[in-house]
Amino acid sequence: MANEGLRDNETLSSLKNESETLKSKLEEERAKLHDVELHQVADRVDALGQFVMKTRRTLKGHGNKVLCMDWCKDKRRLVSSSQDGKVIVWDAFTTNKEHAVTMPCTWVMACAYAPSGCAIACGGLDNKCSVYPLTFDKNENMAAKKKSVAMHTNYLSACSFTNSDMQILTASGDGTCALWDVESGQLLQSFHGHAADVLCLDLAPSETGNTFVSGGCDKKAMVWDLRSGQCIQSFETHDSDINSVRYYPSGDAFASASDDATVSTSICLPILTLLLFMCSPYTVGRLLFTGYNDYTINVWDVLKGTRVSILFGHENRVSTLRVSPDGTAFCSGSWDHTLRVRGFLMYVNIGLLRGIPVTYRGIRPYMGIVGPIPNDSDSGFRIYFRSSVNLFPLEK
Amino acid sequence: MPVINVDDLTDKDKAVMEVEQLRKEVKLERALVSKCCEEIQEYILAGADDDTLVKGISEEKNPFKEKGGCVIS
Repeated sequence: MANEGLRDNETLSSLKNESETLKSKLEEERAKLHDVELHQVADRVDALGQFVMKTRRTLKGHGNKVLCMDWCKDKRRLVSSSQDGKVIVWDAFTTNKEHAVTMPCTWVMACAYAPSGCAIACGGLDNKCSVYPLTFDKNENMAAKKKSVAMHTNYLSACSFTNSDMQILTASGDGTCALWDVESGQLLQSFHGHAADVLCLDLAPSETGNTFVSGGCDKKAMVWDLRSGQCIQSFETHDSDINSVRYYPSGDAFASASDDATVSTSICLPILTLLLFMCSPYTVGRLLFTGYNDYTINVWDVLKGTRVSILFGHENRVSTLRVSPDGTAFCSGSWDHTLRVRGFLMYVNIGLLRGIPVTYRGIRPYMGIVGPIPNDSDSGFRIYFRSSVNLFPLEK
Repeated sequence: MPVINVDDLTDKDKAVMEVEQLRKEVKLERALVSKCCEEIQEYILAGADDDTLVKGISEEKNPFKEKGGCVIS
């Protein structure tokens, strides 16, 4: 397809100049509309109280760094993948491993659960995305039914089923994203625009349209139209690789998180306030969870732009985070070989307890920061759940 | 297989991609941030009642609650 309006003798430097001019113009246009920050608009909204999250389950079994995880729509199962080449499907309620597969490569950086719950997809250094149907027939070898769907020319960094088992969207170190038909393995659409490895992607909530957002090592977050392959908008607000992008459940905003230690919430038109690392907004959107290299997870109040909690417990970098489909829990995976599923231990009623330090069951909150959770089990997934509000008297 | 690999693109190819994209974007219609913020705020507050992570869930309904033990007497 010819490059419209570009003369053959345009040099690299004239292109770069034009690029800079256009970027300034874009910044100007955006700045004109940037009349307020989100937390200012949300000024009169009550702040969230302190809350505490407890590990309820620890899933053990990976032999090396956990790189990715995804929940099943049944809110109970999850799939995780690891540097050691293993992909495991867990029943988070019982902590049983229901399926396990060994990939032919190490560093399985991406995994996803099919919407039907009947299959999983995964890939990494093999440059492919493969789909494995899940079967409970003990006589069947899961690896035998493997189907190679996507083929990239560099590592697979992320994958996601669209709203059916029939199509998969992939992101790769080759700088492209691509949409594939699972049955035939055919490439349906490819998405070019990143100038370096694409590290992450997230599909818009299905009710809000056919778009997805991707983030890359070129520091750009790009929003794409699934059908046409066109990039609708791009944002260059980070100073470093974008490790994670997530759509807000409303569909008209997304958050991006980067090695530069900031998280941006970008409404698909102007840009908003900043926040942090690997994020996962959930079904409603008040909270944003971010995981870090320093082994912690921060929980942020999106409206206020403030941090409401820090969670400890992992013994190495947090590599992946997802909230369960019904928002009752979230799961984090780490380089410490484990996954932790977390929910809230209690929720403090704001009117009653704001500013009063209270000790609950041995876990001591301090000004909104949760102290280290006793290491009562080894590596694995830890699942935290919300439980009812239980206030215990101050323990002296 | 997707058609390109960024490693194979020249700097000029990448610059061309960028300029084309920016030209399209400059023409987009945009809304005031305050309006967008209000919409997001409304969305979040409207869903607040259904928000388990903020409101909590009773222990009976909590699928991950601690399992009780059995005592044989």
